[in-house]
Amino acid sequence: MTSPTTTAPARAGRPAVATATRTTGPSTSGRRRLAPWGFLAPAIVLFVLFLALPIAYAVYLSFRTEKVSGLGLGAGARTEVWAGLSNYASALGDPEFLASVGRVALYGLIVVPTMLGLALVFALLLDARRSRATTFSRTAIFLPYAVPAVISSLLWGFLYLPGVSPFYDVFDALGWDVPSLFEGDLVMFAVANIAVWGGTGFNMIVIYTALKAIPSELYEAAELDGASQVAVATRIKVPIVLPSIIMTSVFSMIATLQVFAEPTTLRPLSNAISTTWTPLMKVYRDAFTRGDLYSAAATSVIIAVATFVLSFGFLRLVQSRAFGQEK
Amino acid sequence: MRLSTGTRIAALAAATALVASACSGGGDGDTGDGAEAAGPVELTFWTWAPNMEKVVDLWNADHPDVQVTVNKQDGGDPAVTKLLTAIKAGSGAPDIMQAEYQKIPQLVSADALADISGTLGDDVAGHFADGVWNAVTLGSDAVYAVPQDSGPMQFYYRADVFADLGIDVPTTWDEYAAAAATIHEKDPEMYLGTFSANDAGWFTGLTQQAGASWYGIDGDAWVVDVDSDATRKVAEYWGGLVEDGVIDNKPMYTPEWNAALNDGTQVGWLSAIWAPGVLAGNAADTAGSWEMAPMPQWDANAPATGTWGGSATGVTSQSEHPEQAAEFITWLNTDPAAVQALVDESGIYPADVPASTEALSDPPEFFSNQPDFYEVAAQTAGTVQPFTYGPNINVAFSAYNDEFAKATKAKKATAFVDAVEAMQRITLDDLKSSGFNVSE
Repeated sequence: MTSPTTTAPARAGRPAVATATRTTGPSTSGRRRLAPWGFLAPAIVLFVLFLALPIAYAVYLSFRTEKVSGLGLGAGARTEVWAGLSNYASALGDPEFLASVGRVALYGLIVVPTMLGLALVFALLLDARRSRATTFSRTAIFLPYAVPAVISSLLWGFLYLPGVSPFYDVFDALGWDVPSLFEGDLVMFAVANIAVWGGTGFNMIVIYTALKAIPSELYEAAELDGASQVAVATRIKVPIVLPSIIMTSVFSMIATLQVFAEPTTLRPLSNAISTTWTPLMKVYRDAFTRGDLYSAAATSVIIAVATFVLSFGFLRLVQSRAFGQEK
Repeated sequence: MRLSTGTRIAALAAATALVASACSGGGDGDTGDGAEAAGPVELTFWTWAPNMEKVVDLWNADHPDVQVTVNKQDGGDPAVTKLLTAIKAGSGAPDIMQAEYQKIPQLVSADALADISGTLGDDVAGHFADGVWNAVTLGSDAVYAVPQDSGPMQFYYRADVFADLGIDVPTTWDEYAAAAATIHEKDPEMYLGTFSANDAGWFTGLTQQAGASWYGIDGDAWVVDVDSDATRKVAEYWGGLVEDGVIDNKPMYTPEWNAALNDGTQVGWLSAIWAPGVLAGNAADTAGSWEMAPMPQWDANAPATGTWGGSATGVTSQSEHPEQAAEFITWLNTDPAAVQALVDESGIYPADVPASTEALSDPPEFFSNQPDFYEVAAQTAGTVQPFTYGPNINVAFSAYNDEFAKATKAKKATAFVDAVEAMQRITLDDLKSSGFNVSE
């Protein structure tokens, strides 16, 4: 910190403190050096207790395992031992894990572009000058985001089941033979649809808010130049809200890697969703169905590292282009 | 999909750790022994049996010194998950726990259930059939729970549909297959049953009837015998029915299946003694048209059945008052008044032999058209085949879900047999990699 007396004359208290430091010696200067730590303490304590320690514990668990002796019945039959990297090796070598990663990649390829594309289109439509009933439309599109994922999955699950779905009654009446979304590979779209339904509204609001912040002079200038509404949208609005789109992309990618609630809720309804359908479902199965916290911890660490690499890699890739032009 | 802030990335890694550390956080001193010594002993009881609190009220009224509080659970699986997490965390477990029979080896292996053989009276064992008692002792001198209810399997069918189509009630599996084909041929929407890849306990019961026992103990080593001739026979049989399309392949307990029971497109169910409650709840429109018969047989001369469900009540290893808890569970499952209340309030089929004949006379309301309901039930209960569960039955069951989901999706009899082989491999590998003594 440079001398506050010269840089901040407006803050009346500061010069007085600075003077006091000079006159009263080392004890107050020590206290002064401690002061920032005092202010930081609550944040540090919370960070250590609820983030750093659990992560450290998860990493610790990922290097441990439980060994059973004999028949493994009764007290003292299990002992925790070091496992080295064996949990990581078995997680990375598990074909079920690799298959779940592949599924999530495909799921992300379906969900992220569809959801953000829809969100962008809706935001641009709401922002267009000729739009009517924008408040109602905005609320209506946003509303599904307020529905918890478990509830929306149950809701859609009923709609997907041919035996109880009103859609299939209509299809039958029309004489259409529509296959069940719960048979075979179509289930991917069944799950993706719930994500798109639930997530579009939120992303739309983020992009719409960015659109509202565009200064109106730009539109006036464009109008003088004779730009059409479409040209205004593609040449002015989209480039300016690009940082918002990138931010929502990163969040959506992270959410994709974490997809859990929807397939877990739908699993009992369909033969096409396994207990390891997504990486997090495998973590849950290992930890709570198989009672193996150790390999679950190792898989969690792998997912966390992959999430970091993917989201920061993506940011690096697009950052210079998106944020560079602002400078 | 829910969007997360950046910090959630890291929290992901910590998900499992959070659970464990949050639970262990309140580890010490929450029992407050000093203050409690003067007041009554407080016991908590995790159970999912309906109206259990009314049964417990009878005990609480007579035992001011030992007060039991019921804590309602969602069902067998979630309750075990919660209990094992609490055991791992070192605190948070109840004193008393309802546990399905197949979960007992797993719970004992995780040191979740206390051995109460020292505090039980000598006469308790005499209340139960040998096969049932064996499930709570695991064939050892220890006693890990007191049996509460049992779930012998029977065949439930729409008597009106069978009469309309002129089909006799199948007594063998060949007849069952023929009946299934006839029914589906008469009405392509209609099925005599479904093969559910979601209900491992159901399939276990079917293999139990055929003579399978998925685990065994050989000296001080476990034997895994999922892939036995009996299991393969059952899998191949059902795979054939699914492949021919005469049996549905959708899971049970879905809204669709419930609707199919009610609208008469599912006209049969291989289920257990608690089926009337499920049918009354899901298929209210069909009241009075269902009947129950013994299971179709592999060998008509040697009637047999399996079990699906049924549970016992145990004392957890974290209980501070195991003696009072053992006293309570003995009362709950063997006292005639308590067993009568369990039948009336919770609708269970008691495991206690002397008290159950007294408690069960009139048929369940949904089966009032079948006066001999409980006579037939008692007759089938006597033919339950022995079966041993192992410490990683949870792994075998989740392998069942995944492998048989693939097989029912594929609709090929060979895929059903492949699923049995995969279950054997997964179960055995897990047991070995955990370090159990395994004999092959």
